[in-house]
Amino acid sequence: MSEPTKPANASPRRRFLKEMAGAAGGACLLAMGVTLYSKQAGARPAQAIRPPGALLEEAFLGACIRCGLCVRDCPYDTLKLATPGDGVVSGTPYFTARDIPCEMCEDIPCVKACPSGALDHALSDIRQAEMGIAVLIDQENCLNFLGLRCDVCYRVCPVIDKAITLEMRRNPREEREGPAATRHAMLIPTVHSDACTGCGKCEKSCILPEAAIKVLPARLAQGKAAEHYRRGWEEKDKAGGSLISEQLKLPVRGFDAQSAPGGQP
Amino acid sequence: MSAQRPGLEAIADKGWLAAHKWLLLRRASQLLILAAFLAGPWFGGWLVKGNLASSLTLDVLPLTDPFLFLQMLATRHWPEMSALIGVAIVLGFYLLVGGRVFCSWVCPMNVVTDSAGWLRRRLGLKSGRSPHEATRLWLLGFVLLAAALSGSLVWEWVNPVSMLQRGLIFGFGAGWVFVLGVFLYDLLLAGRGWCGHVCPMGALYGLFGKSALIRVAAHQRSACNDCMDCFAVCPEPQVIRPALKPRDPNDTPLILDGDCTNCGRCIDVCSQEVFRFGSRFNRSKK
Repeated sequence: MSEPTKPANASPRRRFLKEMAGAAGGACLLAMGVTLYSKQAGARPAQAIRPPGALLEEAFLGACIRCGLCVRDCPYDTLKLATPGDGVVSGTPYFTARDIPCEMCEDIPCVKACPSGALDHALSDIRQAEMGIAVLIDQENCLNFLGLRCDVCYRVCPVIDKAITLEMRRNPREEREGPAATRHAMLIPTVHSDACTGCGKCEKSCILPEAAIKVLPARLAQGKAAEHYRRGWEEKDKAGGSLISEQLKLPVRGFDAQSAPGGQP
Repeated sequence: MSAQRPGLEAIADKGWLAAHKWLLLRRASQLLILAAFLAGPWFGGWLVKGNLASSLTLDVLPLTDPFLFLQMLATRHWPEMSALIGVAIVLGFYLLVGGRVFCSWVCPMNVVTDSAGWLRRRLGLKSGRSPHEATRLWLLGFVLLAAALSGSLVWEWVNPVSMLQRGLIFGFGAGWVFVLGVFLYDLLLAGRGWCGHVCPMGALYGLFGKSALIRVAAHQRSACNDCMDCFAVCPEPQVIRPALKPRDPNDTPLILDGDCTNCGRCIDVCSQEVFRFGSRFNRSKK
């Protein structure tokens, strides 16, 4: 070591301890700094979508070893390996739906290629993939919301009529501008989160210069009902009838039209 | 003889080519490994997919880096079979040839730090001070601890070795900044600082280098003329002394320290042919 000459009283053991303390302290500081940095730089931009089968982001960042094998086996060049400056954790795979969406290969080669299981090999049906959820985010510029028949996002959806349906709605302009200006009904592209895989073909094919429908990671796209919350009508269906008995019919005593509040005495 | 240009004597005695034999072979090895990864994306001939973190050769041979593997285990994630097979093959190979053979024959960062070391010698720079050699072991421990506590491969956010090899194969982005950082660190702040004192990846490979069958031996140490050229070029000079200048003349001439990278540069620059590659069982000396 390039230690400067020590005074004669510095025993070898003391010197050793001092050096070790320096080495350990330096290494500890470096590791702590890196951990802090990773916590800050770990956020993923909304438009960076993980490949099919990717574990939840936090687990994914512990499991992905940044090898790029999924990227290499993607036949459509959809997947990219992030480099520093992309905003996505360097070395991890992602895709941008507006550039190249996921083509939902039946054999899911990206998942098969993953040696670490950061892309979960339990995913065998690409239709069960949950890469993200499409959201019709701009209802002001979407042509279907203007009462026009664009429908492109609906037509290109690989899970058509399940992940996106067209829901007919009355055009409010008819009411605003009077019956003279009769308008077409609106057919609203409606995404169903249980069937949407987040492949991004809708976002890719949106004809607007900036897509009105966008794929977002589920944590951004979805809200969550409270655990205890039950929907009465669903519970009723499940139970095959009302969960509480019909309301009791109490006899009316001493009550008639005259004695009712607000009525004439 | 001169500390700025070690190896001049060897070049004069053996010729330039013989005095750079192992260096050239190592550069060829580093280049060929890189070329195998790039044959696919550049020319469509897929020899090796992936990168040095984990790869698949000719669609059959999986290889996985033990350092990344360990970090992943630390986050309590259990991998798929191919990663397990891959890491077993890599471990087996380096246990035989010496762990840090990875550092000198495979890792592209070696070219960067060798260049920085060469320039530092030529410019006669003495600035800065290297951290203690044990720093890398401590860092290895703390990196694994950080992975365990955070559940994330935190070192990979900054690991310049990963950045470099991934950048060469998949594109750099701004990753070259980290590589330049290592170059400048080795050039200005700490001679042989990165590979020899800091890199936790190399530290791990060093840990399973102790049993290596292939070792450099100072088998003609009596011919040593004390020119010190081997010490000047060696990336881990502390490993030479026990073999070349033992306290007891009966001590083994083998360099058995796990930190020796088997780079063979000492063989190149020695005009007296003191060193050679040999097996760890061959203890003959003159």
